[in-house]
Amino acid sequence: MDTVIKVENLTKRFGDFTAVDNISFEVKRGEIFGFLGANGAGKTTAMRMLCGLSIPTEGKGTVAGYDIFRQPELVKKSIGYMSQKFSMYEDLKVWENLELFGGIYGMHDKEIKRKTDELMGRLNFEEERDQLVKSLPLGFKQKLAFSVSIFHHPQVVFLDEPTGGVDPITRRRFWEMIYDATASGITVFVTTHYMDEAEYCDRVSIMVDGRIEALDSPMNLKRTYNAKNMDEVFQQLARKSTRKAD
Amino acid sequence: MIKYLLKKEFKQIIRNPFLPKMIFMFPLMVLLVFPWAASYEIRNLNLSVIDNDHSSYSRRLTQTIISSNYFRLTDQSTSYNQALKSIEKNKADIILEIPKNFEKSIINREGTKVMISANAVNGMKGGIGMTYLSTIIANFNLTLISELYPEMAKSNSSVIQIDSQYRFNKNLNYQVFMVPALMVMILTLLCGFLPAVSIVFEKEIGTMEQINVSPVPKITFILAKLIPFWLIGFIAITIGFTVAWLDYGLIPVGHFYIIYTFAAIYIFAISGMGIVISNYAQTLQQAVFIVFFFMMLFIMLSGLYTPVDSMPDWAQWIAAFNPLKHLMIVMRSIYLKGSNFIQLGGELAALLGFAVFFNGLAVLSYRKNN
Repeated sequence: MDTVIKVENLTKRFGDFTAVDNISFEVKRGEIFGFLGANGAGKTTAMRMLCGLSIPTEGKGTVAGYDIFRQPELVKKSIGYMSQKFSMYEDLKVWENLELFGGIYGMHDKEIKRKTDELMGRLNFEEERDQLVKSLPLGFKQKLAFSVSIFHHPQVVFLDEPTGGVDPITRRRFWEMIYDATASGITVFVTTHYMDEAEYCDRVSIMVDGRIEALDSPMNLKRTYNAKNMDEVFQQLARKSTRKAD
Repeated sequence: MIKYLLKKEFKQIIRNPFLPKMIFMFPLMVLLVFPWAASYEIRNLNLSVIDNDHSSYSRRLTQTIISSNYFRLTDQSTSYNQALKSIEKNKADIILEIPKNFEKSIINREGTKVMISANAVNGMKGGIGMTYLSTIIANFNLTLISELYPEMAKSNSSVIQIDSQYRFNKNLNYQVFMVPALMVMILTLLCGFLPAVSIVFEKEIGTMEQINVSPVPKITFILAKLIPFWLIGFIAITIGFTVAWLDYGLIPVGHFYIIYTFAAIYIFAISGMGIVISNYAQTLQQAVFIVFFFMMLFIMLSGLYTPVDSMPDWAQWIAAFNPLKHLMIVMRSIYLKGSNFIQLGGELAALLGFAVFFNGLAVLSYRKNN
């Protein structure tokens, strides 16, 4: 298995504040990589650096084979991103959002059409296809946002707390979609607060105060920390935090 | 790629509950209402008369003044102090005091004096009122001379006679002067404000980040934002031409294609400025206030009301960097004088300069990462 994300000593400072402190890790192709941490631990900042949205202060990193310092626009071509905040165009219809983002990533009209038809069928979205996005319920919106982020079949997709605020059934479905994506060869990099979701990941890293305190498969982590579940692992590590959550 | 972004922009504009109405109503309202309400012409000046003579000549003078339609008699006082009080109470703008023995002095060929005194809080209004009143009294004077002493009227005829004519706006019609300038205002407000708001709005709802994390080239994204404003500007200005023709009978002496060319460059420049502001602003409020600040400055130093040539040097320097001022000159020149590209070469160069500068800055200041 080859490496899709490789990060060495990555640091981001805002003035005196070190948001991400010297982190290093690798993500293999096809993995579901969980990125855990309390609020304000630096997860989102780290993820934004990997996506080319934020320029690292120090360190090295490559995503999909491209340098995040020197080739951020090439990185962007090969990744998908779903932000914490829902960010589709609410005044566009479902299919129009797909067309727009497909077009932005260089897909052709025919390919967009074919994949839209296929996606609408798979998600049972036929009826919602011509609806404005703002009229959809939250669960639908989140499924759509995820579908848009992998519409151009990126090598890696970054999901920033994708299941915030949705019910357990929708979360379950959402994770089924994530598994489908990995089955088609997409690597998934996901941040979350839900410890049951952490169990679904192949490997998990836990960030505390900008540093990675632990990184292993959920099973190994539970063994190392002598814990029944991921929640206990997380509690043990997060208690060390001296940083105030925001 | 720009095709998809343009589709998105146009769909968003058309689906906006407010924008399409604004694009049609705004030029209509500005051009239909404004030239009638805001006028340089001073009318309905309130006159206070202190008639100490109560003679037929004094009444005739008052009558002559009122029949000019520029004044209305709102107050008749018995003393100057009383008249001043009516000015303080805003009942009068200008005082005419006719002395005792006014009629007697005229008939006895002794000559007499009347006093006029104007409220100059609004200097222009006071000054113009004074001029009107002086002219009316001078004419009244001439009438009296020719009535009473015909022989003197003949001998007094001037050595130099003035034959004056006003070019390009021969009736000194205020609307002719304002309408072309108001078209510039319409373009400025529509194509300056809206782009400034549009990017900040995307920042606030979070779609900007989704764009920034995609491989869209900066210049493509900005062009997709700008191009719709060409169309919006052209629609608005075309409505403007129609209103100017139907309501004021104004048709440009020069060519339409010259106006459209200048408008195209101007829209590009002013929208570019809007986008620069929107790149720096973090919230909608910030963007609106910054645009408002610049708009105020630009409008006051544009020559819309007060001619730029009569401003102090420093203000003229600022005005030289004001795209509004240049298009004002262009519009008025083409509309009234029929100027062509060569005559307006300076303005063309200036506006092209602004367009390149603002749009260069717009691309540079748009950061896809931080």
